[in-house]
Amino acid sequence: MSLLASARPARLNALFPRDEFPQFVYLRKPETGLVMVRGRQGGTGSPFNIGETTMTRCTIRLADGTVGHAFVMGRSHEHAVTAAVCDAVLQGPQGSDLAEKLVAPLAEERSERERQRALQNAATKVDFFTMVRGDDD
Amino acid sequence: MYVAVKGGEKAIDAAHRLLKEERRGDPAIPEITVEQIGGQLSLAVDRVMTEGSLYDRELAAIAIRQARGDLIEAIFLIRASRTTLPRFGYSTPIETSEMLVRRRISAAFKDMPGGQILGPTFDYTHRLLEFGAETQAAEAPVAMAPADIDRAMPRVLDLIGAEGLIEPASAQPSEPQDLTREPLSFPAGRDLRLQSLVRGDEGFLLALGYSTQRGYGRSHPFAGEIRYGEVSVSFVPEELGFEIEIGSIDITECEMINQFKGSAEVPPQFTRGYGLSFGQCERKAMSMALVDRALRAAELDEEQTAPAQDEEFVLSHADNVQATGFVEHLKLPHYVDFQAELELLRRLRREAQGLHQEAAE
Repeated sequence: MSLLASARPARLNALFPRDEFPQFVYLRKPETGLVMVRGRQGGTGSPFNIGETTMTRCTIRLADGTVGHAFVMGRSHEHAVTAAVCDAVLQGPQGSDLAEKLVAPLAEERSERERQRALQNAATKVDFFTMVRGDDD
Repeated sequence: MYVAVKGGEKAIDAAHRLLKEERRGDPAIPEITVEQIGGQLSLAVDRVMTEGSLYDRELAAIAIRQARGDLIEAIFLIRASRTTLPRFGYSTPIETSEMLVRRRISAAFKDMPGGQILGPTFDYTHRLLEFGAETQAAEAPVAMAPADIDRAMPRVLDLIGAEGLIEPASAQPSEPQDLTREPLSFPAGRDLRLQSLVRGDEGFLLALGYSTQRGYGRSHPFAGEIRYGEVSVSFVPEELGFEIEIGSIDITECEMINQFKGSAEVPPQFTRGYGLSFGQCERKAMSMALVDRALRAAELDEEQTAPAQDEEFVLSHADNVQATGFVEHLKLPHYVDFQAELELLRRLRREAQGLHQEAAE
């Protein structure tokens, strides 16, 4: 669910286009609202409210009765619908096919993106060296 | 007597159309896109999200374009926009210790585990205008390290926390109060103060933070750790009953180390100030950490002498949407009020003149 939530809607759509969706009905049509994001005082202490983020939720049911949920940051209804359908399909017999076709590339892309960033950041790591004074005997 | 005056509609309509044309600028030049603002004016987007109190890059970029780059107007638009959406609930607290760090520095420790990662920063730039920056960017691609570094970034303050040299980060496991649900009241808990400071005006908090450094509420800070990067956001939907990740956000966190506090039971320890923002608002997070510490004066039994230590003063004036509303309302018609004052002044002057004449006779 984390991969589905963090994927770009356009990328999800490319990997799993709408015309490949199995038949489904909405139990809850996509709806956008707010989630208050919480942090911790001093980073590790008691919680406090930072500010809100947009989130879209959606629940669907496949013809075989499997229910799929999606809760994804942002306002894209398309993203939430795709994530909900994926959630349901991944639980059923077609799950392993979809995992291979969709989840595996998403996981790989995410870890590659994180690796690229880490390499960029590593290049900005300070390498301290000490100047030795010449007049110390 | 209240007199309703009508007749401005046509002028207002024309003014708004004129505003649209001014906002668009020269029609021969392509209109700036929301994606361009999101990508190339990303710190403006970060500020609008932080003070607008809504993490949504696209909405913030739309607001900045609509506001012609006036960030307080954009923040106002975001605050208004959020009121149109239902509230689904609260996230579980983000874990900044597990951040995918893009920048992480400490001014207190040189060689801490994980090291000093400068990341994308204006620090150490020469502040010289770069003419033709586009071509320069193409010439100097981003540097890449040959190998990945250890991504684990332990919290710097934990290094001295382990020895008991700094107070714990606080943990009264109570449900935090929410400024968007009940109005601010005093005295405010630290939870409410922090929420209010996150959305507070950067300029106001910068000035207050600066005042504490110049002696108005002394706190002798060191930037223990500043980190910027990505953290995941999780939420427990009622219908599922378990936690799921809904996405991730970029945040900046600043932990200040300040001078000591001890008691009969506890030997002297460093004290903490905490700052946090959406995106990369480093100046804001640092200012917030200074003001957070100053506002803990009462809790730490310190003498309260400075504006930054007065929570009613700070919190009541930190919100730039409220402030701009009250300041800018002065330009709305006050014709009747002003007529009443004119009338009063004329009467006082007539009475004063009458007294003069009586005295002369």
